[in-house]
Amino acid sequence: MSKNNPTAGKRNNPSTGKSYLPFIIIGVVLLAALGLAAMMFRSDNSGGRSSTNQNTTQNSADSNNASRAASKAPRAPMTVAGGAVGAQPPHTHGDANAPVTLEEFGDYQCPPCAAFHPELKKMEAQYGPRLRVVFRNLPLRIHQYAGDAARAAEAAGLQGKFWEMHDMLYEKQSEWEKGPDVRTLFANYARTLGLDVERFKKDLDSSTVTQRITADVQRADSLGAQGTPTIFVNGREMGGSSMQEIIQNTRVNVDAAMNVKTR
Amino acid sequence: MEPDDSVASVEPRASGRRAAWFDALAAAVALVGLLDAIYLTVEHLAGRTVRCTVVAGCDKVLQSDYSSVGGIPLAALGALAYFAVFSLAILSAFGYTRLRVLLTILVALMFAASLWLLYLQAFVIRAFCQYCLLSAAVTTLLLILVVAGRLFRFK
Repeated sequence: MSKNNPTAGKRNNPSTGKSYLPFIIIGVVLLAALGLAAMMFRSDNSGGRSSTNQNTTQNSADSNNASRAASKAPRAPMTVAGGAVGAQPPHTHGDANAPVTLEEFGDYQCPPCAAFHPELKKMEAQYGPRLRVVFRNLPLRIHQYAGDAARAAEAAGLQGKFWEMHDMLYEKQSEWEKGPDVRTLFANYARTLGLDVERFKKDLDSSTVTQRITADVQRADSLGAQGTPTIFVNGREMGGSSMQEIIQNTRVNVDAAMNVKTR
Repeated sequence: MEPDDSVASVEPRASGRRAAWFDALAAAVALVGLLDAIYLTVEHLAGRTVRCTVVAGCDKVLQSDYSSVGGIPLAALGALAYFAVFSLAILSAFGYTRLRVLLTILVALMFAASLWLLYLQAFVIRAFCQYCLLSAAVTTLLLILVVAGRLFRFK
């Protein structure tokens, strides 16, 4: 690399006498970049949610058993308790006194939520009513049709078919997410489910539906749930560095909690 | 390793300095690209919905089949490329002027890759990710700076 040119080189070289400086700068930037990536990764795993920390002590005793039992989990879940109550009554599956409650904050237009859906179905099939599933709406603004989809599920809920519409929305996400006339598609889904379509259309914009979604979003805010899906198992948020890890973490923690409670 | 003066020696003094400033500017711009790519890598690995605030579709883009090559997130390759550009530009600014050829080739390749990724977002995935668009803008700016730097050198 070096060539001796005594006549000219140094004069034109802005770094005269400082040949190590660029390497030091590069080294510092490399270290800073690695440090930053590690920090961001950690904060992403912990959800960056300050509200969770306040509740950690409060629930630590409660969660110790499950945490120990779930020692195979890729990452220890965070503890979250309390928060706003959300829509009442919530949409649930399973026994009210089930040993394990899984609460999902979901957005029907979010691909990871759709990916989580079949996994949750498998867990429901395995544990039946012993797994209580609660679904909360958290339609993100970045998803153009997520709000309408949440309304569709809630409007179907007013006719007793929330879960049927919920499943259909996740399963047919690729069909309706492109829009633009999602309400017509949702009305078709309502027809397929045997709902009163005219009532369904009216209910989409009803204050009951709006209030339920708003209440769920308030609960999400109060728990610091910002991304979707955010999953809580017995009040503890499932962390993970990838969606697969979150799913695996959820599965391990549900299994562990079932074993703890039935022992 | 010492600064390579063989190229610098044939440059007129003022234009050589100006070219060095362009290199320094390119290094600063590459840092922006590096930050962006690090963020995207972390979000890709986290797999959750990225909170895009300007355009929708970050999650769709970041979880598409095109977001990784052989299991390696494309964003991580981008971070490596931006770090390489930063290093080459800094070294070049400090007198290792022969590296400017490598820098130009690397930035040109990154620009070509950005065009391909823009095409994928627009016509295949049909969704845009604002951080990917920022990366494309940074690469374009880098190309302009590197080309302008070379033009000044030969002026």
